[in-house]
Amino acid sequence: MKPPPFKYHDPRTVAETVELLARNENAKILAGGQSLMPMLNMRYVQPDHVIDINRVEGLSYIREAGGRLEIGAMTRQREIEYADLVARRAPIVREAILNVGHRQTRNRGTLGGSLSHLDPAAELPLVSAALEATVHVQGPKGKRDIAMAEFPAGYMSPSIELDEMVIGVTLPVWPDGHGYGFVEFSRRHGDFAIVAAAVLLDVEAGGKIKRASVTVGGVGPSPVRCRDAEKALTGEKGAEAAFRAAAETCRTIDAMEDVYAPAWYRQHLATVMTRRAMVAAFGRAANAR
Amino acid sequence: MAGDLLGKPIPRIEDRPLLTGRGRFVDDIHLPGMVHAAIVRSPLAHARLRGLHRGRAAAVEGVVAILAAADLEPHLATTTLSVGLPSKAYRLVVDRPVLATDEVRYVGEPVAIIIARSRYIAEDAAALVDLDLEPLPAVSDARLALRPEAPRAHSGAATNVVAEFTMAYGDLDGAFASAAHIVRTSLLQHRGVSHPIECRGAVGHYDAVQDCLVLWSSTQAPHSHARMLVKLLGCDENRVRVVSPDVGGGFGPKLVFYQEDILVALAARIVGAPVKWIEDRREHFMATTQERDQHWDMEIAADATGRILGVRGHMIHDHGAYTARGINLAQNSAQIVPGVYRVPAYELRVTLALTNRVPVSPVRGAGHPQGAFAMERLLDRVAQELGLDRAEVRRRNLIPPEALPYRLPIKTRGGTEMIYDSGDYPACQAAALAAIDYDGFRARQATARAEGRYLGVGIANYMKGTGRGPFESVTIRVGPSGRVSIYSGATAIGQGTKTMLAQICADAIGVDVARITVVTGDTGTIALGHGAASSRQAVNAGTSVHLAALAVRHKLLQAAAIHLEADATDLEIIGGTIRVKGVPAMAVGIGELADALAGLPGYGIPGGLEPGVEASRHALFEALTFAYGTTAAEVEVDIETGAVAIRRYVVAHDSGMMINPMMVDGQILGGAAHGIGNALYEWMGYDAAAQPVTTTSAEYLVPGAPEIPRIEMVHIEIPTPHNPLGVKGVGESGTIPAAAAVVSAVEDALAPFCVRIGETPIRPTRILELIAASRR
Amino acid sequence: MARAHVTTTINGDVVDFLCEADQTLLSALRDELRMTGTKEGCGTGDCGACSVTIDGRLVCSCLVLAVEVEGKAIDTIEGMADGENLHPLQKKFLEHAALQCGICTPGILIAARSLLERNPDPSETEIRYWLAGNLCRCTGYHKIVEAVLDAAREMRS
Repeated sequence: MKPPPFKYHDPRTVAETVELLARNENAKILAGGQSLMPMLNMRYVQPDHVIDINRVEGLSYIREAGGRLEIGAMTRQREIEYADLVARRAPIVREAILNVGHRQTRNRGTLGGSLSHLDPAAELPLVSAALEATVHVQGPKGKRDIAMAEFPAGYMSPSIELDEMVIGVTLPVWPDGHGYGFVEFSRRHGDFAIVAAAVLLDVEAGGKIKRASVTVGGVGPSPVRCRDAEKALTGEKGAEAAFRAAAETCRTIDAMEDVYAPAWYRQHLATVMTRRAMVAAFGRAANAR
Repeated sequence: MAGDLLGKPIPRIEDRPLLTGRGRFVDDIHLPGMVHAAIVRSPLAHARLRGLHRGRAAAVEGVVAILAAADLEPHLATTTLSVGLPSKAYRLVVDRPVLATDEVRYVGEPVAIIIARSRYIAEDAAALVDLDLEPLPAVSDARLALRPEAPRAHSGAATNVVAEFTMAYGDLDGAFASAAHIVRTSLLQHRGVSHPIECRGAVGHYDAVQDCLVLWSSTQAPHSHARMLVKLLGCDENRVRVVSPDVGGGFGPKLVFYQEDILVALAARIVGAPVKWIEDRREHFMATTQERDQHWDMEIAADATGRILGVRGHMIHDHGAYTARGINLAQNSAQIVPGVYRVPAYELRVTLALTNRVPVSPVRGAGHPQGAFAMERLLDRVAQELGLDRAEVRRRNLIPPEALPYRLPIKTRGGTEMIYDSGDYPACQAAALAAIDYDGFRARQATARAEGRYLGVGIANYMKGTGRGPFESVTIRVGPSGRVSIYSGATAIGQGTKTMLAQICADAIGVDVARITVVTGDTGTIALGHGAASSRQAVNAGTSVHLAALAVRHKLLQAAAIHLEADATDLEIIGGTIRVKGVPAMAVGIGELADALAGLPGYGIPGGLEPGVEASRHALFEALTFAYGTTAAEVEVDIETGAVAIRRYVVAHDSGMMINPMMVDGQILGGAAHGIGNALYEWMGYDAAAQPVTTTSAEYLVPGAPEIPRIEMVHIEIPTPHNPLGVKGVGESGTIPAAAAVVSAVEDALAPFCVRIGETPIRPTRILELIAASRR
Repeated sequence: MARAHVTTTINGDVVDFLCEADQTLLSALRDELRMTGTKEGCGTGDCGACSVTIDGRLVCSCLVLAVEVEGKAIDTIEGMADGENLHPLQKKFLEHAALQCGICTPGILIAARSLLERNPDPSETEIRYWLAGNLCRCTGYHKIVEAVLDAAREMRS
């Protein structure tokens, strides 16, 4: 369990990084390293080149612009956890982060790294999908934007080119007073979730749900938006039965199966986690009371 | 002052270096010129090894040597590790080869050792060694291994049955014929790996000046390691020294002599440089022995009042691919089933099956958790059958204190009697029930149920034969420096053994603990030893220290009496000084006496005493002393996810007189956490091809601080008559009843669904399956 | 391949060392600098035995390349006591016997210190969750939690 030999690169700009990616075959970007380093230690990946972007300028920021939240790719999970702006404008992101790994890994892990690694159960891709984020990537031909819904190309594979890198994310902000719930089930605290659910609810005065976002992670190869559940919630007034019925629609999601959790269990947990997240979200919505 | 230290929670003498980063674990040893080893292991569970091609591996810059079986053979007197504890039950002799020659029989079996300038380079080269393997059918499951058509774990073997035996006494047929109730249950008991936070490791160093091969190994048993090295190398005893440095937890498997121990030692001699090999975490799951699966089919006969008449059954034990320790694990399970209960008739047939998995050896608890689990599940079934309270059924069957000493008609593996020596089992169970407010539980449960929450309470009793002999060697020596040295074959692996020995010694002699140095686990300092296992060291080494220290005290007083021209009975030992009571000016230091008794050429020893101030003892123990206890757990089951949360957890136990209550607490707490892991989390998985599927600490679930509850303890101190300190062992006590108590509690929580649980670990998916099945 | 040259501050002292590009910070500390107080337990960031701080932030040193710490300040267990004066956490671990084999202890002390720097008055639950990334096989965590609570109390007064 020692990393295999590789050539180390230490660029200072995104342009330089992208050029290194274009020039070198079998290269891996090292961001926070909390996924890449275990894979290197286990030799699951054996890159010839490791491009460390920790010294690349301008990739670590959290800011609000045009009613949206912008977060740089190299922003550490810990910065997001403790950012007032995130807590105020996208509290579900903070809620999700509390479930990401441990203190040690959150201090190092980055938003861009988590999105690029794209573990099917990871929390940050899940909330990014829930919020309909836009992922900003840059390659030799310049920058482009990818809607989060289009970002996963498959199991642990983002739809970016080998010479592109994630540089940041824009998160649409839900109205003040919206409800949010992030609930996950893992065997131990800090483990990757078996199933996680993110729910956002815009509740109008009188308690009626105007808009809903329901997303589950850990079930499919990438986060799954549960449109049927969202439809079922819209117009509802927060009755337990309504949440139960909406959540039940998640039982038919195509689910992964492995030695740790069978497909039926993931599907079942999808209904439980989404319902609990709906209840939490509704309970937090200002107009629900 | 003598006699004032036992039972005191003094701080541990081990801790200061460990707290400041100055511990000396095997991976912390650095020797000049040291090179590093990586092991080439079998990637297949069963295959013919047709060849090994060094190819590009040999060309990697920094590689010093690549050694396969044929390269080692000329240096070895024997090429297999015959370590099995003796028994008549063996049907097959399946010793591990030092390196595989023509067949590999589990994933992780060593095939070659690479020596290189750094571990990084050694791993680079190991990845380039090309093994020519022809896959053979593998047997992964112990039950399947026993089918006639099953592939053989060792090609060409007549059978996969490595051993079988029956443990029995009493009139079983009569018991079952007359029973008002007969209840059956089948159990799949899984225990996983030891997972100390320090994996195994070894540093080998051939000291040419002394012509001595030194092996530092993260082992629980350096003396048996040295014996094995002598046997393998065919050399004199004085040419081998094994030292166990600071050990980062053992939990059983570090007792075993492994291929890597001889590989590292021999490689150091072959390459002429110190060699270090440190097991990494992935290797731990593939190269260190595990405990794994036992399949039990059990039957209990009870009378109309719930009294046990007899217990019988069959157990299949997964032995793994080779004998790495013996059949002791299965023996322990079998002999502890009756435990603290009166069981008039008993029979367990045991079959040990070879599989193409990592060899099996004891992990903390060593088969006792499974024996306890089997009995406790049966008693829960009796309670359910008769509609009785589970605690009441147990109470009716506990051996009463007036029946002690109680002879169980079963022999230990060494052929000695099993005699329960001392205790009060009903009082212990009552204490645990009181501590968890068992009587108030049904009300708590009802309140929770009304809120849609599922609480359950479970209890389990356990019994553990501790202090397994035959002895542990101890020498205590007072030097002219005035310091007291204890040398022991006992081995410190984190339990506080050095503190325990120093505390007993200080108490007996009357010197300060600060004046004592303890040297354990070094075959260069004491000839004989057995090391850490079987909750044995407080009993064996503790008693030897106590007796040796009394002898040293006697000698010091004799010498002081001569020196001070006083009567020995008028003297007292305070700190490092011996003085005449009431006359502080009349005093002599113990160092001064040791100096005098070391003698000078041409001068006599004062008073004609034996030279030196030292004593050696090997207190002999034939009989085990039986520790016991009760665990009660209150859990909440989330019936939607299958998650189990432990709300309260109580351990009431009797480990005899406590030498250091703070350290006893530590043993119980850590043991309980390990048992909770076995009950709910820890699963060492293999697929049908016997490929391990849990090979990282992310996949194999050792519980963390959020998962382990606050654990409450009740200490009952009933001294054993078997040793002068009145101590019983405690190292495994916390672990043994944990799974039985937790599973009983989960079952109780799920009583509305009439769920019956017969497996460990009980995992969320299984809980949901059982609930779903009950609803169908 | 040429070895990389790294300049850091370790426990307050400026330290230069040479390492391979693929070497972890853990390996550099232990094998190059012979600072063996930091331990390897898993190599995947699951056990926390290798915990150190980089610029005051708690990290697993097995998941950081040594070349990444150029110009950074590292704190390890070796710098926790002030000479022979133990840090209050070390003192309380000693008093409570909150360690047994001691292999996880350096990582747990570093993690606990980082908790107390951020939260001088943590609850038992906060301590358990903060330490979730630090596995211990010996103690069952109970006394570790007690010792941290006690140290926090002492450090507040």
